[in-house]
Amino acid sequence: MTRPEQTSSTIAHADDECDAPRQTPPLLRMIDPRVRLLVCMAFALATVSLSHLPGLLAALGLAIGAALAARLEPGATFRRMASLDGFMFFVLALLPFTTPGSPLFAIWGFEASHEGLTRAIEILLKSNAVVLMILALLGTMEQVELGHAMAGLRAPEKFVHLFLFTVRYIEVLGREYRRLRTSMRARGFTMRCNWHTWRSVGFLFGMLMIRSIERSERIVAAMRCRGFQGRLPSLADVQTVRGADRAFALVSFAACIALFTLEHA
Amino acid sequence: MSEVLFRLAGVHFAYDKQRVVLREANFELRRGERIALVGRNGAGKTTLFHLMVGLQRPQSGTIEAFGKIRNAEKDFVEVRARAGLLFQDSDDQLFCPTVAEDVAFGPLNLGKTALEARAIVRRTLSSLGLEGFETRITHKLSGGQRRLVALAAVLAMEPDVLLLDEPTNALDAETEARLTDILVALPQTLMVISHDEDFLARVTGKRIHLRDGQIVAA
Repeated sequence: MTRPEQTSSTIAHADDECDAPRQTPPLLRMIDPRVRLLVCMAFALATVSLSHLPGLLAALGLAIGAALAARLEPGATFRRMASLDGFMFFVLALLPFTTPGSPLFAIWGFEASHEGLTRAIEILLKSNAVVLMILALLGTMEQVELGHAMAGLRAPEKFVHLFLFTVRYIEVLGREYRRLRTSMRARGFTMRCNWHTWRSVGFLFGMLMIRSIERSERIVAAMRCRGFQGRLPSLADVQTVRGADRAFALVSFAACIALFTLEHA
Repeated sequence: MSEVLFRLAGVHFAYDKQRVVLREANFELRRGERIALVGRNGAGKTTLFHLMVGLQRPQSGTIEAFGKIRNAEKDFVEVRARAGLLFQDSDDQLFCPTVAEDVAFGPLNLGKTALEARAIVRRTLSSLGLEGFETRITHKLSGGQRRLVALAAVLAMEPDVLLLDEPTNALDAETEARLTDILVALPQTLMVISHDEDFLARVTGKRIHLRDGQIVAA
């Protein structure tokens, strides 16, 4: 309860960050989340099966197209892609030197192979295409919608519940972490490389763990108070797939098949 | 005298030897009563609520609720439906992604159909002035909104008794005033834990004290 509370007049009408954007959303964001999830999976499968440059470039092109259609915010998207590429950079940079094959160039006597370079580029294109498509199709929906979409596609119930509980409580846990960190800083704690720091950080994470367990016990208690007996009921009604969803699915699956045939024909 | 809804007789409960909460305590809650439960921090007020709805079991003594002695977990399932407990921290209570799902959770557990549950959700939310909150994401609500939605989730089960654990805790003056007005207007039998004297004076009529393991009239 750290946020300042809203006044009673705004309680019923407060619009905060969770509400839908004001202007009409792009068409892609109106497509049924289940369809988007299926298309995303098909695209990812088709893309990882590719290994030739033209197919991979086509896949990346499709992903860029989807990102444009979803009107992803360029800055945030580039940051996300950069963090992925930064993560993979060292692995990819080493690949030409560790893959045997015909020599291309050499640095300090280490030979880079043609095959290794091709392999690195291939992985780079694949991962960027798939991640960009995920950002365009799944990143644009509320996490909760994604959970419901998984449930709608008959994903295992336990998995869906795990996902939804994570979405619900990760922020609560984050708040708890920040509160503890702030109180540590308020008492003059700074991260150093000494025994005191390591012990304090250990206490911090230990305390977070204990609080999480206690909280989970209170949550179950609250659920039992409302009649929970081991099964989560569902309120969601089954949405019907509309014509636009069908058309989108058809075009997308055709594109995935085209990608696949481009490679294997 | 009106009907006895809860009767605790000779109830003993201790977490361990050092922390004895209730010693042979006796207590009655009658229909229509609005009771303030006061006591020091750590006196065991929350534990008393948890004993009443069977989240904790006494080491000895009997708990009678709605005319029956309750012992086992299955005895308490009915008790929990008829005695709604509002938790101190609303984050513990609101676990569903959206407000509608959370408010519908209790009614669905009671065997209502999705259609009936939706009607209950709409009715309950509008009775608390929370129209249009159905699709809001629970963890993105403000603290005050969260408390009201948690109350809606309890009221949706249409309980006979409300057990409120520090309902005004960490609320600003305006939200507290709004919650007070709502509680004053509710027809339910009430039992409230609070340290807020003005709030208790408006919402409750009678006061009991939990002290040294005994429940005494204050």
